[in-house]
Amino acid sequence: MLEKIKEFASEFFVTGDPLIYGADASIVLATLGIVFVLTYFKKWGWLWKDWLTTVDHKKIGIMYILAAIVMLFRGGVDAVMMRTQLAFPDLNFLEADHYNQIFTTHGVVMIFFMAMPLMFGLFNIVVPLQIGARDVAFPFLNSLSFWLFFAGAMLFNLSFVIGGSPDAGWLAYPPLSGSQFNPGVGQNFYIWGIQISGIGSLASGINFIVTILKMRAPGMTMMKMPMFTWSVFAASTTIIFAFPILTITLLLLFMDRFFGAHFFTLDGGGNPMMYINLIWMWGHPEVYIVVLPAFGVFSETVATFARKRLFGYASMVFAMVIISIISFFTWAHHFFTMGSGANVNSFFAVSTMIIAIPTGVKIFNWLFTMYKGRISFPTPMMWTIAFIPAFVVGGMTGVMLSVAPADFQFHNSYFLIAHFHQVLIGGTVFGYFAGLYYWWPKMFGFKLNEYLGKWAFWCWNIGFYVCFMPQYLVGLDGMTRRISVFKDPDWQGLNIASTIGAYIMGIAFLFQVAQIVYSIFRHEKDTTGDIWDARTLEWSIPSPAPEYNFAVIPQVHSRDEWWEEKERRARGEKPWDLGPIEPIHMPKNSAIGPIMGAFWFVAGFGLVFHWLWMAIPGLLGVFICMYARSFSAHKAEYYIPVDEIERTEAKLRGGAV
Amino acid sequence: MGKKRRSLVRAAFSAVMLVMTMLLLSGCADYMVLDPKGPIAAKQLDLMIITVILCAIIIVPVLIITFIIVWRYRASNKKADYKPEWAHSNLLEAIWWGIPIVIIIVLAIITVRYTHELEPAKALASDKEEVTIQVVSLNWKWLFLYPEEGIATLNTITIPEDRPVRFELTADSPMNSFWIPELGGQIYAMSGMSMALHLQADEPGTYFGTGANFTGEHFENMTFDVHATSDADYEKWIAEAKASPNTITAESYEEMSKPTESEEPTLYSSFPEGIYESIVTKYMHEGAELHQHGSAAEGEADDTASADSQANSEEHDSSSHKGH
Repeated sequence: MLEKIKEFASEFFVTGDPLIYGADASIVLATLGIVFVLTYFKKWGWLWKDWLTTVDHKKIGIMYILAAIVMLFRGGVDAVMMRTQLAFPDLNFLEADHYNQIFTTHGVVMIFFMAMPLMFGLFNIVVPLQIGARDVAFPFLNSLSFWLFFAGAMLFNLSFVIGGSPDAGWLAYPPLSGSQFNPGVGQNFYIWGIQISGIGSLASGINFIVTILKMRAPGMTMMKMPMFTWSVFAASTTIIFAFPILTITLLLLFMDRFFGAHFFTLDGGGNPMMYINLIWMWGHPEVYIVVLPAFGVFSETVATFARKRLFGYASMVFAMVIISIISFFTWAHHFFTMGSGANVNSFFAVSTMIIAIPTGVKIFNWLFTMYKGRISFPTPMMWTIAFIPAFVVGGMTGVMLSVAPADFQFHNSYFLIAHFHQVLIGGTVFGYFAGLYYWWPKMFGFKLNEYLGKWAFWCWNIGFYVCFMPQYLVGLDGMTRRISVFKDPDWQGLNIASTIGAYIMGIAFLFQVAQIVYSIFRHEKDTTGDIWDARTLEWSIPSPAPEYNFAVIPQVHSRDEWWEEKERRARGEKPWDLGPIEPIHMPKNSAIGPIMGAFWFVAGFGLVFHWLWMAIPGLLGVFICMYARSFSAHKAEYYIPVDEIERTEAKLRGGAV
Repeated sequence: MGKKRRSLVRAAFSAVMLVMTMLLLSGCADYMVLDPKGPIAAKQLDLMIITVILCAIIIVPVLIITFIIVWRYRASNKKADYKPEWAHSNLLEAIWWGIPIVIIIVLAIITVRYTHELEPAKALASDKEEVTIQVVSLNWKWLFLYPEEGIATLNTITIPEDRPVRFELTADSPMNSFWIPELGGQIYAMSGMSMALHLQADEPGTYFGTGANFTGEHFENMTFDVHATSDADYEKWIAEAKASPNTITAESYEEMSKPTESEEPTLYSSFPEGIYESIVTKYMHEGAELHQHGSAAEGEADDTASADSQANSEEHDSSSHKGH
């Protein structure tokens, strides 16, 4: 019996690598630490009532961002480990199989569990405030989306210590990811981790489309929406068309692995090329999903900090919509070398280039927003300006890659790696950082420390170029991705430089952590609610916003409503009369979100190990939750009385209103 | 603050210097892709240069304008104009929609032309006879078959210089990609089908070849040397290979196709006739009679028909897409 348990445990837990034992120990210690702190300070009730069961978009947004920062740490550690191995491949810091796992988890974590939640975090915090709404359209669904993301992320991360990580690359091409070449449970973690969080992403996409279409304050026509809201709308629309493809693709892969089906296998009439097409039909729109909101952020910050209207609003909207549509017609540029023939390659090459046009137009419009402005340079604006050269150069290498015959020389090389890191970091990450610094005061009522923020900014930027510029060169010198050792001594210098850059970015991340921690303890409280002297509605209410956001729903007259309002007041005109405060209808907290997430986790874990005895009860729990919610939804709301609103407002605004 | 800013600047400066030194140290290397040794790689390089020049027409001014605007309209410069309401100009927007459109049209025309010209399945124009090499990606090594000579090699290729080489590629393993950067771009090697890639070496030399698409644990060991030699040396090499004591048989291929961590370059004096075709068709056999309607044959025929149309019209009629 004991032998059996031992045998099971040695398969179940990942063993044999000191790095992983270290991770095991730190996970256990961190968990114990959290449990101890919560128990000692009697915070369990607070955590459950105020946070875990919340349906408040602002709190859900904060939870998304917190999770994304943790995942950024995890993905970043993966990156630093890879770079360490590649700087000195002879030292064998990582064995080949471990290296393969790490580049796989780095990609998956960064895209699915870092970029996506950071994006949804910003959506959640900003959109309802920006359009003058009290919450998203479906607050419970929003909570459920978060918990599905969280369950998926935890399931995926568990593979590090239990069962073994996936090792077939971040998109898990079959047949390599099929059971023939990958019999372990790692790929199952991949499938279910992404599948569960993907359902959450799809639900969020729907939620934000409905929110934006139906919940805008009176007077805010589509063409008066703030540009960030437009970007969320474009990204969400892209999500609802793209994510179903991902769900089905992973389902087919699961059927291959679990039921022995032959969708993508080598034998039995399977066709792996079909998977590659399908996954990129989702994958290419996905990169636009994560970059469009960054464009939205820049449109807000650039106008605010240049103290000028956004230039070419209509062009900006049109460009964004065009980008999200064309993004569905470029997927095959990820495999020009599959031999689809000259006509197919020509089509996808040209459709890819076309995207450069609206993107370029957006850059010009941002530049001319700053033209004849009064530009100040707090950290959100620094990130915005740093984005322009980074993205322009990344865009150029993107056009180079889109030229199909030339791509035959770039494909799968470090040139490609450098390109997509340059646009994903220079575009998405810089944009989300700009957004995070910009809206942080709205979330918490204080600004992040600017001094540490500037250190973080410079380290990120220097590290970024030092890391990725040499990768272009080493790619042109024939170095392919996903190798942990190389024989060519010419590559070593460039790889060492690249590694130094990665470490500088690692230091930059530590500066950011220090910045957040320092600012929590040492900050000046923002009493204005409009710390940047900004333009849109979210700045017209106190920071942090009260749970009901707007005591009275505002009336919108122009694109920069709050800016115009401030101008009116400066001219001595009276503020718009919005009418009296009325009782506010609010959704109640719900425990079903976290409980259903937990059931999904259990079901996912069972499916990973092919333990039906665990998977079936897990799924049953999911259905029971749905059932319970369907019959209790009508009880899930309440009203905040007028006097309570008045008291809150008086307190938040220091009695000014 | 001034002092702090200076220390930031100094930190930035020294980091940049460090990178420059690194790049210079490794700068003696000729980057393979930028130093082509064959007509395909040379044309691909031309395309890269054309693209960079076209992009530079926009990018260089953008970078300069960015710098000027950010500098000139900084809040502390009170002399600069401030027009907070100015947010639209048809003329300006027409310019920056127009110029990129024109540039992309030019680039698109060039790209489409080159895409047809450099189609990897297209034979190279040459008055010299083509050499055919059949390539099989295995875990984790490359098997090369010379059907005209009846010899085979593992992890090494020798080709005559200045003669077109026709590579026919398949895989008996997960999908790989076959890449010799100095001679030209890559193409996938996939099981259940035969791909074609035409390359040529213009001068003798040893060129780096590699698998470019991840195939599992020891993928990094899938590199090989390509020796381009004079015709005379090529004949000599063929004779040497024919004298090799190593042979490939159906049984030894079975053994060889099993995963191994890494393999030394090896020559084989013979291999079973038709082994390449049997590797290609091996994944089809259960559905052999489904050839025309089976999902594999059909999907593949659709996807690669044009790439392989020439391949089809030539030799091995037993190969996978003969269905139609």
